[in-house]
Amino acid sequence: MVVYLKNIFNDAGNVTLFTARFFKEVLRPPYEIKEFIRQCYIIGYKSLPLVAITGFIMGLVLTLQSRPTLVEFGAESWLPGMVALSLIREIAPVITALICAGKISSGIGAELGSMKVTEQIDAMEVSGINPYKYLVVTRILATTLMIPLLVVFADGVGILGGYIGMNIHSDVTLFRYLSRILDSLEFLDIVPATIKTFFFGFFIGMTGCYKGYTAANGTESVGKAATSAVVVASLTIFIIDMLAVQLTDLFF
Amino acid sequence: MIQEKTNNKNPGSADSSKPVISIKGLYKSFGKDNDVLKGIDLTVQKGENLVVLGKSGSGKSVAIKCLVGLVTADKGEIKVFDTDISTLDYSGLNAVRIRIGFLFQNAALYDSMSVRQNLEFPLKRHSKKLSSQEVDDKVTEALVNVGLEEAIDKMPSELSGGMRKRIGLARTLILKPEIILYDEPTTGLDTITSREISELILAIQKKNKTSSVIITHDMACAKLTGDRLVIVKDGVIDAEGSYDELEKSDDAWVRSFFV
Repeated sequence: MVVYLKNIFNDAGNVTLFTARFFKEVLRPPYEIKEFIRQCYIIGYKSLPLVAITGFIMGLVLTLQSRPTLVEFGAESWLPGMVALSLIREIAPVITALICAGKISSGIGAELGSMKVTEQIDAMEVSGINPYKYLVVTRILATTLMIPLLVVFADGVGILGGYIGMNIHSDVTLFRYLSRILDSLEFLDIVPATIKTFFFGFFIGMTGCYKGYTAANGTESVGKAATSAVVVASLTIFIIDMLAVQLTDLFF
Repeated sequence: MIQEKTNNKNPGSADSSKPVISIKGLYKSFGKDNDVLKGIDLTVQKGENLVVLGKSGSGKSVAIKCLVGLVTADKGEIKVFDTDISTLDYSGLNAVRIRIGFLFQNAALYDSMSVRQNLEFPLKRHSKKLSSQEVDDKVTEALVNVGLEEAIDKMPSELSGGMRKRIGLARTLILKPEIILYDEPTTGLDTITSREISELILAIQKKNKTSSVIITHDMACAKLTGDRLVIVKDGVIDAEGSYDELEKSDDAWVRSFFV
């Protein structure tokens, strides 16, 4: 039990130092702009198909599942607003972040883990290149920037999915559908939901990088780094979401 | 403990006037009961090839990783180019590292980069004033030096073990290091390729006048490349001398390396 607690505190200390180093290195030149753009392309652009499919299905299914209940209460006209609100405030950010935790966090964990095991990180270090800045800072910045954009994209595709879902059973024009959504949306529905996605992105990148960068020697640790990156990132997303909802409730 | 230290009578091309590496009383342990280095003393002269022999797990790799700050020593003094590296901050340490090349056991090529990018990567970061033509020329020159100019656009996954080692060596050479550390350069290679790598190490020493520390279990490599050999046993230098001297040692354990 004592050893277990000691390990937990040890891990917490290491994560804190790792995170503190990010804030120190991110401001200090030289800046790895090319690698940052390359990571944005890999993390953002290459995740678009996955996010588009899940976003579309989220909107479609949410519409189809909610419709019978709203029809029963004669409130079918509220459906576009309800779907959009659910997507923007909660479902799209959390589901997209979870999808990205699975794809990106595990990918970063495995990539950096394998670089660590095959001494590529050491090779960078001994050639006078700061591997933390090149590998970690760029990836965390890219996830922090790209996840919110992917969530906005998922919002849009989800709303489109909702439109198609509505038109399976009724006949609504796109203009009317969008008008209903805009009528029911407020600025404060969008801002807190968007702010929390930056935190989702930061922790997705941070978890993947930490697990990979601190992987032990041996190929087994690469798999462990990837798996634990997904588990920890997913759990962190739920915790951040809970805190974000509480804070939003408190302040708005 | 057997101490069989002899003078370096066969320094080869070495200029023995000035040590470029000086290690005194180096200690390193991993955990409570795992003392790996227990007071290593070592010097490497300018232009000298020093071969380090020893059983697996005797701390040879740890010692050279201490030299470049990859592993922090518990105790002892490490001077490289007459600078105590323990007193340097990160940028100071990097300035020293640029002057030292390190060939890892598995070459440690960056998997996501082509051979060209592997070689350009350190060069572009440390020689920002170079034009793209000059970078190209230096990359080609480094590849010509290791006889692999045709592999320039290949990915590391397309290379054999020997080719990876050569490309790793080319990447090490591209910054024109004054010291090169080789961590088991011939491990996992066939006899012919091992000999080619050993000859390459020797050719580099002669051409660039570099000093080298070569960790190896390959006695043919040790014989061909080493001006001086040291044998590490239980975390200390147990024997030291030329290949011929150690081969004729009175100590059966030392002789067992040469069987």
